[in-house]
Amino acid sequence: MDSGDFQGVVTLVLLIAFVGIIWWAYSKRRKPGFDEAANLPFADEEDEQPVRDKPAASQDTAESRQDKGDKNT
Amino acid sequence: MNTAFEHPTYNYKVVRQFAIMTVVWGIIGMTLGVIIASQLVWPQLNLGLPWTSFGRLRPLHTNAVIFAFGGSALIGTSYYVVQRTCQVRLFSDKLAAFTFWGWQAVIVSAIVSLPMGYTTTKEYAELEWPINILIAVVWISYAAVFLMTIKKRTTSHIYVANWFYAAFILTIAVLHIVNNAAIPVTPMYSTSIYAGAIDAMVQWWYGHNAVGFFLTAGFLGMMYYFVPKQAERPVYSYRLSIVHFWALIMVYMWAGPHHLHYTALPNWTQSLGMVLSIILLAPSWGGMINGMMTLSGAWHKLRTDPTLRFLVVALSFYGMSTFEGPMMAVKTVNALSHYTDWTIGHVHAGALGWVAMITIGSMYHLIPRLFGRTEMHSVNLIAVHFWLATIGTVLYIASMWVNGIMQGLMWRAINPDGTLMYTFVEAVEASAPGYFVRLIGGLFWVTGMLFMAYNVYMTVKRREAISEQPAPQAA
Repeated sequence: MDSGDFQGVVTLVLLIAFVGIIWWAYSKRRKPGFDEAANLPFADEEDEQPVRDKPAASQDTAESRQDKGDKNT
Repeated sequence: MNTAFEHPTYNYKVVRQFAIMTVVWGIIGMTLGVIIASQLVWPQLNLGLPWTSFGRLRPLHTNAVIFAFGGSALIGTSYYVVQRTCQVRLFSDKLAAFTFWGWQAVIVSAIVSLPMGYTTTKEYAELEWPINILIAVVWISYAAVFLMTIKKRTTSHIYVANWFYAAFILTIAVLHIVNNAAIPVTPMYSTSIYAGAIDAMVQWWYGHNAVGFFLTAGFLGMMYYFVPKQAERPVYSYRLSIVHFWALIMVYMWAGPHHLHYTALPNWTQSLGMVLSIILLAPSWGGMINGMMTLSGAWHKLRTDPTLRFLVVALSFYGMSTFEGPMMAVKTVNALSHYTDWTIGHVHAGALGWVAMITIGSMYHLIPRLFGRTEMHSVNLIAVHFWLATIGTVLYIASMWVNGIMQGLMWRAINPDGTLMYTFVEAVEASAPGYFVRLIGGLFWVTGMLFMAYNVYMTVKRREAISEQPAPQAA
């Protein structure tokens, strides 16, 4: 096997890996987990304002978070 | 500082330190940029001294903006994001404090050693070997703090921003150690262990991935946390973010040879670098679209929220410069653009438009929260800063496009008898107006950063005034 064959094999392996990643990421089974992960930045929001500033503000922001706009669901 | 506002779970102290130093180093690094831009307009400003000459101050500028400003922003935000999305405190407060003081020590050594003329001559890796060892130690400590914090997370998933941060940390460790492998000769002089074209290739493998991982992957981590946070909605597509991550890190590694077109590097290597640079457009734009579309249904927020405007315009500049980059990597385009000011303009479209703007937007989100407030002292000042930064960037890149294309055309212009139509100095002379416009763009940027410093100072001061009163017991 010369270096040209080796490069061809590496290219093929990378291509298969890439297609595999897409297949994995877009499979239906992953959807609930990904939705949970996507909301992680908002998961610890209770202590967003640790001491003084009003704690009541979380209501309206929570509403906009449910509304995912044009998210490709 | 008192501890009335200390977070019960998270270590915000080290994040605060890095956030403040981001602003400080931003002002210093950009001021150095303005100084060297002035030297290109008025060469007398070299002052005839070796320590203040362009050749020594230019690496100081690049080190200050990339590693001091960008580095502090990346380490600080990564400590914040990893704690909040993993819902645990940093792995070790002591080691985190060491990364802060160690990183500042690296920067101070650069400020001392570069004007004195100590340099390895490798671009973006100019620091000499003792400083490189310190960088390696600090960086490995940083990797330990970050990765061990992910390991002890209480959430089941690792949020995508942490993937980008982790890739940035690990890759920079590898790049730094491999590229700076050198044989020490004296306490401040070493020679690279690589020779000739291999040395050049290793250097640009490092150099391009410093762009790809330090200035891109790290800041994409920032983008994936702060854009959704500021827009108050989750990222447009989490699936796309995964494909974005793996595609970006698989392709970026191979793009380095485009810095060495038409050199002694083997021709096939140059072509490979060109092809993979073009492919790189796809993951780059995938990420940009993912960030932009996060705002769908929330575009109206841009009208009232200058912080969000910073983040979105940063993504626009990211899209623009990741289109320009692959185009300039095409050999025939590169034949015109290489060694001209077009390259400088391209770098600053990324550095000012993308890196600095995403950093500033993130800081305006982060700093009030670190100091127990919900908003910066003045939202209007953020809007002023936004316009100064945007106009400054446009002036900078437009003047460098004009200069670069003009230089490229003048250098290649040939008389019918085959002699060059212009001498080199004629192209330098023709560049003077562009250099002046670039200087004005830089002044816009530094002015904006000074507004930011004032705004941050007032935000922090107000917090200290509040915390002097006894805090009510948390329920």
